[in-house]
Amino acid sequence: MNYLARRLVTFPLILLGVSLLVFFSIRMIPGDAITAMLGTEAGLLTPVQRQALAEYFGIDQPAVVQYGRWLWGVLQGDLGLSVTYGRPVLAIILERFPLTLELALLSMVIALSVGVPAGVLAATRGERPADVVVRILAMLGQSTPGFVVGLVIIYVLSVYFGFIPAMGSFASLWSDPLANLGQLIFPAVTLGFAFAASVTRISRASMLDVLSDDYIRTARAKGVPARSVVWHHALPNALIPVVTLSGVEFGYLLGGAVIVEQIFALPGLGRLTLDAIGQRDYALVQGCVLFIALNFLIVNLLVDLAYAALDPRIRLGAR
Amino acid sequence: MTSLLSVRDLAVGFGRDAAEKPVVRGISFDLAPGETLALVGESGSGKSVTALSINRLVDFGGGRITGGTMAWTRPDGSTLDLAQADERTLLGLRGREIGMIFQEPMTSLNPVHTVGAQIEEAFRLNRGLEGRAASDAAREALDRVRIPDAAQRMKYYPHQLSGGMRQRVMIAMALAGNPRLLIADEPTTALDVTVQAQIMALLAELKAELGMAMIFITHDIGLVAGIADGVMVMQDGVVVEQGRLDTVLDAPQHDYTKHLLGAVPHFTGGQAVRSDHRRETGQQPAVKVDDLVVRFPIGGGWFSRDAGAIHAVEGVGFDLVPGETLAIVGESGSGKSTTARAILGLTEATRGAIVTSPGRHGRPVQMVFQDPFASLNPRLDVASLLAEPAIAAGMRVDAALRQRMVQLLERVGLPEDALSRYPHQFSGGQRQRLCIARALMLNPDVVVLDEAVSALDVSVQARVLDLLIDLQHEFGLAYLFISHDMAVVERIAHRVAVMYAGQVVEIGDAASVLAKPRHSYTKRLIAAVPGIERRRQRYDVDTTPVPSLIKPKGYEPAPAEWVTAGEDHLVRVE
Repeated sequence: MNYLARRLVTFPLILLGVSLLVFFSIRMIPGDAITAMLGTEAGLLTPVQRQALAEYFGIDQPAVVQYGRWLWGVLQGDLGLSVTYGRPVLAIILERFPLTLELALLSMVIALSVGVPAGVLAATRGERPADVVVRILAMLGQSTPGFVVGLVIIYVLSVYFGFIPAMGSFASLWSDPLANLGQLIFPAVTLGFAFAASVTRISRASMLDVLSDDYIRTARAKGVPARSVVWHHALPNALIPVVTLSGVEFGYLLGGAVIVEQIFALPGLGRLTLDAIGQRDYALVQGCVLFIALNFLIVNLLVDLAYAALDPRIRLGAR
Repeated sequence: MTSLLSVRDLAVGFGRDAAEKPVVRGISFDLAPGETLALVGESGSGKSVTALSINRLVDFGGGRITGGTMAWTRPDGSTLDLAQADERTLLGLRGREIGMIFQEPMTSLNPVHTVGAQIEEAFRLNRGLEGRAASDAAREALDRVRIPDAAQRMKYYPHQLSGGMRQRVMIAMALAGNPRLLIADEPTTALDVTVQAQIMALLAELKAELGMAMIFITHDIGLVAGIADGVMVMQDGVVVEQGRLDTVLDAPQHDYTKHLLGAVPHFTGGQAVRSDHRRETGQQPAVKVDDLVVRFPIGGGWFSRDAGAIHAVEGVGFDLVPGETLAIVGESGSGKSTTARAILGLTEATRGAIVTSPGRHGRPVQMVFQDPFASLNPRLDVASLLAEPAIAAGMRVDAALRQRMVQLLERVGLPEDALSRYPHQFSGGQRQRLCIARALMLNPDVVVLDEAVSALDVSVQARVLDLLIDLQHEFGLAYLFISHDMAVVERIAHRVAVMYAGQVVEIGDAASVLAKPRHSYTKRLIAAVPGIERRRQRYDVDTTPVPSLIKPKGYEPAPAEWVTAGEDHLVRVE
C-alpha cells in the first residue's frame, strides 16, 4: 500500500513534465488553428474578426500565459475547448476512449491466448516441425505491416464471404454489443496478429531459457511429468518478460492504433489525436497526449504489480 | 549380495556426433544396496554426465547414451536396463527409486513456489499422498532434515532461506519417495565449511537410517574420505582408477590420482604454517585498522523512518606489517569481504580508523578478486588491463610503464607476447596471474586477496599460492588474505583473524590459532574441515544458527573483552 501511494505521488509530476513538453513543442509547428480551421477562407477575415476568434479560443495570449491558464483549468478538471469541435476536450476524449480501450483489450486477449501457448509449444518442440512453423508465422506476423494484414482481412471477408461490417456509424458496446463486436473483431485480429507474434517470440525465448534452469532439472529428478514441468514449474518463471512486453504494447494500443482505425473507419483515440495535430487544435492535442501519458503510467503500475504477483522474490518498495 | 546397480561399458555423447565423440566412455561399476560410491574428478572430467545418465536426466541436456548397459534391480527383484528404458518407465523411477540432489541449492529450487509446496509435490507424485496427508508428510520431512520451525518454513519461498537450509530442503524432497539410490552431485560445494559438515553429517545419518545407496560426486577428495565405501576417479571422460576407499587413498596407482591427492592442500591443524617471517617489536604497520564499523541502513524511504541497520562489520581491529600475511577466515556473511572493501574505500565505513603507511606510490593498497573471469574486462587487451591502475592514478602510459608490464608478466609466469592478447585466451589460473600482475603495477605495500584462489581447480590453486609467497618475499608485500578455506589459509598465513557475525572472535599467530583454537566458533570451524586423515569420522549434526546481523536503530553492542591465550593470540570473551 505504501508502495502504491509512493508511486501515485509521482504521477502528477510526470504528467506536469509531459504537459510542458507537448504544450511548447506543438507551438513550434508552423501554422495556427484559425487558418487550419477555415482554410483559404481565413484570408477573408478582417483583423478584428481574426482577433475576436483568437480571443475566443484563448490563443491571443503569450504561450506562457496560455500554459498557466490551461494548467489552472486542468487542475479543476477542465481540459479546455476544442477549436475543431467547439466542445470540451475531456468530453470528446471520453467519448472516443471506450472504443480504444475495448480494441486494446481485445487485441491483448487474442495476443496472449494465441502467443503464449504457441511460444510454449515451440520451445518444448525444439527444432522440430511445430517449432519451425511457429517461428516462421511469428516472424511473418512481426514483419508484416498492420495495414497489409487489415486489408487482406477486409478483402477476404468481403470478396469471399460477402461480409461487410457496418462501417460509418459505430455501435457502442452498451447499445448493441453484437454489432459492436462484429465491428471490432477484425481490427482486433489485425492488431492482435502482430502483438501475438511478439508474444510468441518472447515466450518461446524465455521458456527456452527457463527450461534449462536448475530447478527444472530438480523437478524432473523428482519425477514430475513433462506436462507439469512445462506448465507448473517453467511457465510461471517465464512469464515476466511476457508481462513486460504486453505492458508496453498495451500502453501503445491505448494511445490509439492510427492505421488500423483509419482502415476500419473506427472513431478511436489515435485518429482523434492525429486529426487534432493536423488541425492545430492545441487544446485537443494537449488533452489527448496527457490522457495517453496517464494511461501509460497506470499500465506501468499494473505491470509492476503483476511482477510482484508472479515472482515472490520481487518485493515492491524494496530499494 | 546382489548389486543394486551394475553399469557396464557406459558411453554418453552429445549432439549430432554423439556416437563418434563420446564425452564419457567405458564406465563400469557395481553398487550394492546401502553402499556409497564416490565419483571424483576436476571440472570437465565427466563425473556429472555419468551421474545424470543413471536417471537419464542427461537426455534433457541433449545427451544420448550411445553404448553400454545399466542394470537396475527393481524392488520386486526384476532387472531393468536403464540405458534402454523408455521415458514412461523412467518417470516412474525418478524420485521413487532414484533421488537426486544438486550442487547449487540457490538455483535448484523453483523460486516461485513455496518450499512446502515443492516438497508436497514430491510426496504427491511418489507416494500418492493428497491434501493434508501430503502437507503433514512434508512437514515431517523438514523436521527430519533438522529445519527449525518446520511448520512456519513450509510457507517460505526458497530465497527466504539460507544456502544450508535450501540444501536440506532439497534433501527432504529427494528423500520423499524413499529412494533406494541417492545421487548427490557436489551437494556441498557451494556451502560454507561448517554448513558442509552439517549436510555431510545429515546425509550419513539418513543413509544409515534408511539404508539407501549413494553416489557422491565431488572434486574434493578430502570430503570423500568421510563418507564413501568405494572411489572412482575420473579424468577426461574415462575412469582412471577405481577401488575401495582405503586402497585408493593409501595406495593410489594412477598418476592422476596421486596428483589429485598431492595437489589438494590438506589441513593439518596448524602444523604446516609458514615460519618465514617474524614481527619485530616497534615495526611500522603497513595498514592499521581500529574499531572498524560498517552498517547498512535498511528500510526507510520517502515516508518511513529507518527501520534499523545491518551490522556487517562491528568493531574490527588489526594491524599488518610489511612481509606478513594476515588471513581473515569466516563464513559467507561474516563480514570479511566488507572489511576488505572498507579498507580499499569501496565501502564507506560507519566509524573507525584505517591508517595506511604513505606508500611508495600514494596508492598503497591494491586488490585481487575472487573470480578471474568476471574481474577482467573482456574487451581490453592485457596491455590496457595492466595500464588501468596507472591511468587511474593519473600516470602516463610510457616506455617505463610498458617495461614494468613486461617485467611483471614475466614475474607472474606469463609470456611477453601476452600483452596483445585478450582475457578469454587465458585459462583461469593464468587470468588470476594477470590480476595479480595488475595489482602489483603501482608497487603497493598491501595487497588484499579476496578469495583469490577459491575459484581455481586444486592443482592450479597450489601454484598460484606458491607464486604469491615468492612475490611477497621479493617485494616485501603485506597480504590481507580473505578465505573460507582453512587448508589454503594454513598454507599462506602468518597470522589468522577469525570473523563471526561481523566481529573478530579470535586473532593471533597462525600456528597458535589453528592448533589451539579457543573460541567456540573457531573450534567448530576447524572441526568441520574435512580431510583424508579424518576417514569415516562421524560429524555431529550441528545446526547452531548464526546470530542475526539486523539490529534495531540505535543498537550498540557491548564493548568487546579479550583474553590472552598465548604470546600472540587473543580470544574474545563469549
